Amino acid sequence: MDITTLLISFVKIVAVVAYFYGLFWVMGIKGKKIQLGKKEFDISILVNIFGVFIGFLLIQLALTPFGSFSILTNFDRGLLFQACSMVMVALGLNLIYGFNGQFSLGQYGFYGIGAYTAADITYRWVNGDSRGLIVVGIGTILGAVVIMLIRKFLTNLRRMPVLSSFTLYLIGSVLAGVVAVFAGKLIAPAINPFLGSALQPGLLNQQVPMYFVFFLAVIFAGIFAAEVSFLFGLPVLSLGSDYFGIATLGFTIVVYTLMVNSDTILPFPEMKGGRGMIGIPKLTTWFWAFLFMMLVIITMRNIIRSSTGRSIMSVREDEIAARSMGIDVAETKLMSFVIGSLFAGIGGGVYAHYIGFLSPGAFDFLVGFNPLIIIVFGGLGSMTGTITASFGWIFFLEGTLREILGKISTEAPSWRYVLYPLTLLLLMLVRPQGLLGSVEWGYLKSKVIPLRKSKNTDEVKSA
Amino acid sequence: MQTISQKQKSIHIVTPNSFLAWIGKFLLILIALFALFVLAKNLIAKPTLFAQNVLDGLKLGFVYALIALGYTMVYGIVKLINFAHGDVFMVGAFVSFFAVEFLGLHVWPIAVFPDINPLLANVLGTITIILLSMVICVLLAITIERVAYKPLRDAPRIAALITAIGVSFFLEYFGLLEFVFSARFIPYKRPFEEMTWYIKDGIHQVEAGVTTPPGSITFSNIFVVIVIATVLAQLFLQYLVRRTKIGIAMRATSFDKPTARLMGINVDQVISFTFGIGAAFAALGGVLFAIAYPSIKTLMGVYPGLKAFVAAVLGGIGSIPGAFVGALIMGQAEILTSAYVSTPMRDAIAFSILIIVLLIRPTGIFGEPEKEKA
Repeated sequence: MDITTLLISFVKIVAVVAYFYGLFWVMGIKGKKIQLGKKEFDISILVNIFGVFIGFLLIQLALTPFGSFSILTNFDRGLLFQACSMVMVALGLNLIYGFNGQFSLGQYGFYGIGAYTAADITYRWVNGDSRGLIVVGIGTILGAVVIMLIRKFLTNLRRMPVLSSFTLYLIGSVLAGVVAVFAGKLIAPAINPFLGSALQPGLLNQQVPMYFVFFLAVIFAGIFAAEVSFLFGLPVLSLGSDYFGIATLGFTIVVYTLMVNSDTILPFPEMKGGRGMIGIPKLTTWFWAFLFMMLVIITMRNIIRSSTGRSIMSVREDEIAARSMGIDVAETKLMSFVIGSLFAGIGGGVYAHYIGFLSPGAFDFLVGFNPLIIIVFGGLGSMTGTITASFGWIFFLEGTLREILGKISTEAPSWRYVLYPLTLLLLMLVRPQGLLGSVEWGYLKSKVIPLRKSKNTDEVKSA
Repeated sequence: MQTISQKQKSIHIVTPNSFLAWIGKFLLILIALFALFVLAKNLIAKPTLFAQNVLDGLKLGFVYALIALGYTMVYGIVKLINFAHGDVFMVGAFVSFFAVEFLGLHVWPIAVFPDINPLLANVLGTITIILLSMVICVLLAITIERVAYKPLRDAPRIAALITAIGVSFFLEYFGLLEFVFSARFIPYKRPFEEMTWYIKDGIHQVEAGVTTPPGSITFSNIFVVIVIATVLAQLFLQYLVRRTKIGIAMRATSFDKPTARLMGINVDQVISFTFGIGAAFAALGGVLFAIAYPSIKTLMGVYPGLKAFVAAVLGGIGSIPGAFVGALIMGQAEILTSAYVSTPMRDAIAFSILIIVLLIRPTGIFGEPEKEKA
């Protein structure tokens, strides 16, 4: 075995993890003051922004080739983007399971929905069809409006049975979808000259708007996934923890089946069903991956630190106590589920545009366990742990192990999936609460230290 | 069983007089009526074909029932979704494959007693194969339980679940290696010859090379074997759980572990025994599945395992008759869906049925309603 390869890949993992710790340390700096004349100015916010900017530049420099050499190779770039999207998915799941205590196996379903939605929008765009963007945009916004409006109406009618409100939302969303399709067909010829497409640039469409389309596509994909999760979560979240997990597992399989049959059962011939969707523009750069990841991390951290976050955590600790403190438990569960799915959808959009190819096999329920494994690895209820584990997991499993085993023989890389469950078993035996438990670092550190019982509440009750 | 959904009862409150309350029910009733309509239409149009499909669904459902027993018993006792169970099922099928293909164990009765009745020889040979699979799978399951699950009995439940996923991945990816089972489909050699009969004006045997007359229902000795084995297994399990000492210990452990321990029950032994029994039935299911659908591969256990688990949930997890009924429903749903609705969507529809049943009865068909425990 080559000792330098081993060393280099080890250094890479350590460097990436250390990079994030440094980033969050800089972002978490507080109370830096500067004396200007007689007045004191608080410049910590400037320091934080500067830190993020430096953080972005560091990786950008490492990715830039100098001649034929670059610090992070093309292969590492793939791992990096994969890890970025995995961070978003896993953080979403951590919000649902780690912070709110709802055992969900459906995260990859929403990830897949986000990936396919975003990919379809940009695919249509580069093939001269701007209706994809218009229809999905109108549809998601109308859907959100419908949900908001009916929600107000339904909260006035207290004690609304879940299935009925679900039906109302379903009818509302379907109507929104129909309206969106018709509106898209009507509007498209009118605004096509302005928007144009990649083939025939319109008035508004020069070199830059392609990235704008990508940005919109990812955001719309996230919102779409969130709306689907709202519809699905509304009735299903009323089930208890394990049954909720089973129902979400069912959801993943339903989504997977729909993806496999997307060209026959669903009217999307460009998705090509089980053969996989090709020709998606490769738009994900480090800038976009970093931007979306930072958006997700900052949003999530602010949610966790707000009163909403505290009510989310209180539902995990004890539902009855939370309810008696005046927290709407059903509402809180639904909210964390929807936000978690939003993150997954955004992550899916980023993932879809980095490799340019989507196949349903990437969203099968067997790989759907990955985010769950990652958040348990990193520690439930720890954002730092999730981010560390995502990067460590991807770089170790897909990078280091593959390289090391590849040195032994060409057959050996398939052994890494034999070694990986063994590592998992070992970690669970040695440290069942995950690598970091619920410890946070720097910027992610919460003012209120989240308490977590050493045992699962269910276990305590049944014992 | 007791702990799952004590929470969140408040949003299940139904106000019966509300007009809006009927909309949700109306949608469900509409779906059910539509499904019934599709089935009835096909039943009237081609009754024999329908009966044939039901028979095929029964064949699949009985195999699912054997796997579902392991899930439901293990969940009932340790509250663990044993994801590795589907892979134990796969190992059972592969052990029987090696026993038939390389050891030729199924012909030992003829080799030892040359003038034995051929039917008896077949039965003895098949039983030997099944017993061998069972023994190896039981050993495997007990090893898994001792090595992976037992140290985590006091850890959070998620740790045990992740471990179960890990064990499942290990068995799958180890099996996928080229020198183990490989990723290919492997043709399976049955321990006995298939014989088919058709029903039309009495029962006739199907001769080789002769097509059956139209409008007849065919069934094979494989179907008979599956039905007999599953029914025997069910009866045995009912006897075991209801009448024997270890059965009483199992029920006590499932109900209240610390108290059972105080009553002098060796809880660890009972849990190992439960895993062993589940694995034995999974092995039986694996052999029968391989005989019925004679092409095996390493990942063959994933989807049958998952569907059997869904069947156990449908019937009310922790309940043995529930697992049986749930498995029959799953088998029928899968075959009838692929026959009359859409073949590629059959998994999606099976899981949609699961979600709908869970919404109507959150503890499954046979599951007891939640009781508050002090």
